[in-house]
Amino acid sequence: MKTILYIIQKEFRQIFRNKTMLPILFVMPFLQLIILPFAADFEIKNIRLTIVDMDQSTLSRQLNSHFEASPFFEVTYQLDPGQAADRMQSNDIDLYLEIPSRFEYRLLKEQSAPLHLTIDAINGAKAGVAQAYVQSIVRDFNREVISEWTPQLQPRALAAMGQPVDITFQNWFNPDMDYNTFMVPGILVLLVTMIGGFLSGMNVVKEKEIGTIEQINVTPIRKYQFIIGKLLPFWILALIELAIGMTIGKIIFNIPFVGSIGLIFVFASVYLLLILGLGLLISTFSNTQQQSMFLTWFLMVIFILMSGLFTPIESMPHWAQVLTWFNPIAYFVEVIRMVMLKGSGWADVRGSFISISAFAVVLNALAVWNYRKRS
Amino acid sequence: MEQAIWAENLTKKFGSFTAVDAISFTVGQGEIFGFLGANGAGKTTAMRMLSGLSFPTSGKARVAGFDVYKQPELIKRHIGYMSQKFSLYEDLTVQENIRFYGGIYGLSGAEIRSKTEQLLQELDLEWIAKSQVQSLPLGWKQKLAFSVAQVHNPSIVFLDEPTGGVDPITRRQFWEMIYRAADRGVTVFVTTHYMDEAEYCDRISIMVDGRIAAMGSPGELKRDNNVPSINELFVRLARHTSSNM
Repeated sequence: MKTILYIIQKEFRQIFRNKTMLPILFVMPFLQLIILPFAADFEIKNIRLTIVDMDQSTLSRQLNSHFEASPFFEVTYQLDPGQAADRMQSNDIDLYLEIPSRFEYRLLKEQSAPLHLTIDAINGAKAGVAQAYVQSIVRDFNREVISEWTPQLQPRALAAMGQPVDITFQNWFNPDMDYNTFMVPGILVLLVTMIGGFLSGMNVVKEKEIGTIEQINVTPIRKYQFIIGKLLPFWILALIELAIGMTIGKIIFNIPFVGSIGLIFVFASVYLLLILGLGLLISTFSNTQQQSMFLTWFLMVIFILMSGLFTPIESMPHWAQVLTWFNPIAYFVEVIRMVMLKGSGWADVRGSFISISAFAVVLNALAVWNYRKRS
Repeated sequence: MEQAIWAENLTKKFGSFTAVDAISFTVGQGEIFGFLGANGAGKTTAMRMLSGLSFPTSGKARVAGFDVYKQPELIKRHIGYMSQKFSLYEDLTVQENIRFYGGIYGLSGAEIRSKTEQLLQELDLEWIAKSQVQSLPLGWKQKLAFSVAQVHNPSIVFLDEPTGGVDPITRRQFWEMIYRAADRGVTVFVTTHYMDEAEYCDRISIMVDGRIAAMGSPGELKRDNNVPSINELFVRLARHTSSNM
């Protein structure tokens, strides 16, 4: 026990003297926390729309004003569809709407007129949202035209458009549909994962790289003492970071804390054992800090992209969903969101807790076993 | 003389390559035993087996009375080791390095304090005790590393090319430290490829291609082989094997 304390003391001294590690520990995470939630906002605003109005009639202008009134569109005008297509090619606009000549005439005489919408669908999600917004504006416009110009047709026309049922929404747990609320807990998970995964692995490999491991191996230090002494400081630092991160989330983003903070910390402390075990396992395969970084980075990118942090796991193909069962980040992202935003309790997170505990045991056992074999 | 190290047919193979080929020798308590050889002759591998860092493939050995197979952890408590690669933490101060190594060898707080004071005084490093080791010149670092390797008063110290890259004056001082340790009864097992240093040892063994090609006191070896210096003997032995290859 005393031996471990000496190792921990040494580690903390080295960490706080390391000019690269300090910013990684204390500046980078909080910059990420403050910047990322804004970047990862999926609400789509400021869609750049060009209207090619070849009719220039009262009704076409009425339709244009509907788009201008919408907060989702930045509207510009072109007279020639070819020019609009060029602008989309050069990425100046996201979509353009062609209102053909004789639009008003056909609408009034034939009760129907075509509109043509061209959308840049490189970003599929954005394209889908834009299309839905356009359709909803056109539907409003339809209703208005029917009631103003052809009131005699109204009942039939409305029937043809479907029941004028207004769906109302109520968003539970995140009533304002605020993406910060959704993203910040997930980003907190990334912070503790980075510290646990990257820094711990690099820290163990560093001793190999500078050769001091040889000296350590010839002392009576036991492997378990060395490993605990090396990893415990990062376990402590990561939990402190989590606490600071939650405080920032509360102060800057006003994230709700519905559930128990204690439960989050209990979960986080076991989760960190898992991540530290992973870092240690990687370090047993690496001889330099660079190798360890690349290996960790490779795994982290996969874990993060498949964690449900940015895209819902439910919309992944089945095989990918199966893979997320083995993704520690996915468990913690889900749990921290459930507990912080929904107030889920022990019974709701027990399954995830058991899973990560099992992973923690397996990974650490593998790491220690592999560590012994190679030194 | 009591035996500090005893090895019989000690062998280490890496796959089909035999790094150390059935070497047998003994080192008495308080002796300075020089282990000579060209790079790759197997010196470091032999030393690693004796200090519990690597298991022998076959053969027997006892160090400080403990078996290298069964009691490596006990061996580690009773030996000091200074490796080729610099073994102190560059980003810790002189004092913190002493404290750390003292601590992991199980010294009490009071023992660590008195040991630190004693070492700093001996090495004349009191004035930079609170400087990080990376700011010290190489020679000072090596002397400090040697002292730290003895922080727990081991009965045997293994030194793996301790004077590599060090200037002649510091090498001289380093050897004075080795003599002082031997005077206290510490056994010193030192590898080197500086032949002048070989002359400072009580006994030497010259390793060529994993085998011990010659062993004895420098005087005996020179007389028996009729050579003016150990350097000459070494060159003759090394050339002999390379012509066989």
